[in-house]
Amino acid sequence: MKTLEELKAIRDRKISDLQLRKENFEYRIAVGMGTCGIAAGAREIMTTLMEEIERRQLKNISLTQTGCIGVCRLEPLMEIQDSKGEKVTYVNLTPEKTKKIVVDHIINGHIVKEYTIGYAEDINK
Amino acid sequence: MEFYRSHVLVCGGTGCTSSGSNKIVEAFKEEIKKQGLDKEVKVIKTGCFGLCALGPIVIVYPEGSFYSLVTPEDVPELVSEHLVKGRIVTRLLYHETLDEDEAIKSLYEVDFYKKQHRIALHNCGVINPEDIEEYIAMDGYQALAKALLEMTPEQVIDEIQKSGLRGRGGGGFPTGLKWKFTYNAEGEQKYVACNADEGDPGAFMDRSILEGDPHALVEAMTIAGYAVGANKGFVYVRAEYPIAVKRLQIAIEQAKEYGLLGNHIFDTDFSFDLEIRLGAGAFVCGEETALITSIEGNRGEPRPRPPFPAVKGLFGKPTLLNNVETYANVPQIILKGADWFASIGTEKSKGTKVFALGGKIHNTGLVEVPMGTTLREVVYEIGGGIPNGKKFKAAQTGGPSGGCIPKELIDTPIDFDSLISIGSMMGSGGLIVMDEDNCMVDIAKFFLEFTVDESCGKCSPCRIGTKRMLELLNKITEGRGEDGDIEKLEQLAETIQSASLCGLGQTAPNPVLSTLRYFRDEYEAHVYEKRCPAGACKSLLKVVIDEEACRGCTICAKQCPVNAIQGERKQAHVIDQDKCIKCGVCIEKCPFHAIAKR
Repeated sequence: MKTLEELKAIRDRKISDLQLRKENFEYRIAVGMGTCGIAAGAREIMTTLMEEIERRQLKNISLTQTGCIGVCRLEPLMEIQDSKGEKVTYVNLTPEKTKKIVVDHIINGHIVKEYTIGYAEDINK
Repeated sequence: MEFYRSHVLVCGGTGCTSSGSNKIVEAFKEEIKKQGLDKEVKVIKTGCFGLCALGPIVIVYPEGSFYSLVTPEDVPELVSEHLVKGRIVTRLLYHETLDEDEAIKSLYEVDFYKKQHRIALHNCGVINPEDIEEYIAMDGYQALAKALLEMTPEQVIDEIQKSGLRGRGGGGFPTGLKWKFTYNAEGEQKYVACNADEGDPGAFMDRSILEGDPHALVEAMTIAGYAVGANKGFVYVRAEYPIAVKRLQIAIEQAKEYGLLGNHIFDTDFSFDLEIRLGAGAFVCGEETALITSIEGNRGEPRPRPPFPAVKGLFGKPTLLNNVETYANVPQIILKGADWFASIGTEKSKGTKVFALGGKIHNTGLVEVPMGTTLREVVYEIGGGIPNGKKFKAAQTGGPSGGCIPKELIDTPIDFDSLISIGSMMGSGGLIVMDEDNCMVDIAKFFLEFTVDESCGKCSPCRIGTKRMLELLNKITEGRGEDGDIEKLEQLAETIQSASLCGLGQTAPNPVLSTLRYFRDEYEAHVYEKRCPAGACKSLLKVVIDEEACRGCTICAKQCPVNAIQGERKQAHVIDQDKCIKCGVCIEKCPFHAIAKR
């Protein structure tokens, strides 16, 4: 290492890894991983999320799983909570939908309405 | 970068290692692999979290769940519940993190951590000490870059002086001034050295920093080398700290690999190399001149000062010698500025101090508090108070060189000058809490036994004087004390203080003098009434059975290891005082509480 830039490059590369150990996240993502979720393919959603976070070098993201929230028929699902506590629930996920949500919601801050639980419930009526 | 959704941090400090944390790391790795989560969850061994009493400790992020007293058998449950299903295992959570309504509090809201301010320990329990990149991610080596690229050596020294940092090894000498003396000393070759020969019984601050954040020391010593004009550093650490030595060795190798040690650091003209020297664990080698003699390869004996090491130290060259914790503050001061550091603490004692809490206290472990925090806050709010409903009697600070603080002075702010004014000293940071069952004469004897053992024998006041003092204390605690013994102790203490060669001897009488100052009545009870008020000195006690309360159940007689208890069934038993070894087993076992020490 010869320069300050090199040092900073290592820091920036590694910092997102350590962000996980702080307690202030920009977004908290929780994937429903109850039996219903797992049966509907939640693991694939989880791995897709991990790949996307890694590929896009996203920082300040907490990715966890949660149990059954009671709408097993809409699995796989995930909840995204921002730092203000606003929560959006996305349902009937596929890896493709998940990727779109990462780009639109997490990166650009636009909620993908057509994948949300409210939208799904309206259609079902 | 590989993204892991969860980090499992397992404490790898000496405390948790001895309670089996290595097995827990293995169990986690195995179980996580078995469940197919090894691409999702990372297991990291860190340094000390501080709450050693509850080890082994495991923290799972991003939830920040703080699990205490974890066993390898708990691991499968933690993995399948927490890591697979996302359900926190409340049974294993540190009870303080659980609210009454079962809500989980953040670790930093818990009493133990809330009042702490972590500067020297800021990376301990947060990063993997064996990974230089994690240290760099926490702004590591940024201070070194700043010092080398933006500051002159004079400016670095100036910053340290302005910060008000004082030596954390015990003396409290202004660190910046020491740096300036070494800088001003004449000589082509200069050295930087670190005193990691932590020897006080019950103190483990330096060890935890070396184990939890070894790169902080490497960085700080390199900055110090730049400031005083040295190209070589030595860390003197005791071989009794194997984990610390290993992690420091790894840190030095990694720093060399990354070009943060060696020639032309950051492409400047500054070169610096660091070497570890192992000590055999003699207490006297914590004294600076003895330490230097030991690094040179000679027998660790002190020599008279002046000349001070800043003028004539290692191999006769000007040497800067600081303690581990002092160094650990340096990168933070350079990075955040002297004003930031000076804003913490009291007027004359800036910053924070790490204490190793031990003795009769709930939260045995490591805490870092701003200078000026009162003893009461440390003992009751952070330390969680005294176990078994006993009363606080005194606290011993500064180990065998320090003194005790009685309960009347529990509101004394802890800083260098306040402690000296009440006859104790900061010392390196051991803080041993004593309750009503501790006899102060016995405590003084304990510390004196230590100094007698550790006296190097070079000067007679220390070699012979401490031995004579110990003999007097033995006499007193064994019930053979005579009129005039206390006065003899005082006279000896004064002579040893003024005539000894080095700090070890000069401070050796402190435990006796300070207990005499606050607990003279206990000494007098031993000498004149042949009685130990705390009930700790065995020779002065009798274990007796209360005839009225005894039902003759024979339990005590069966339990007595020396068959000293006689008596018929259903009749009051009697203890043969000649045979009794006062072990106290009968007191514990008696179902009717009929046996007591008198």
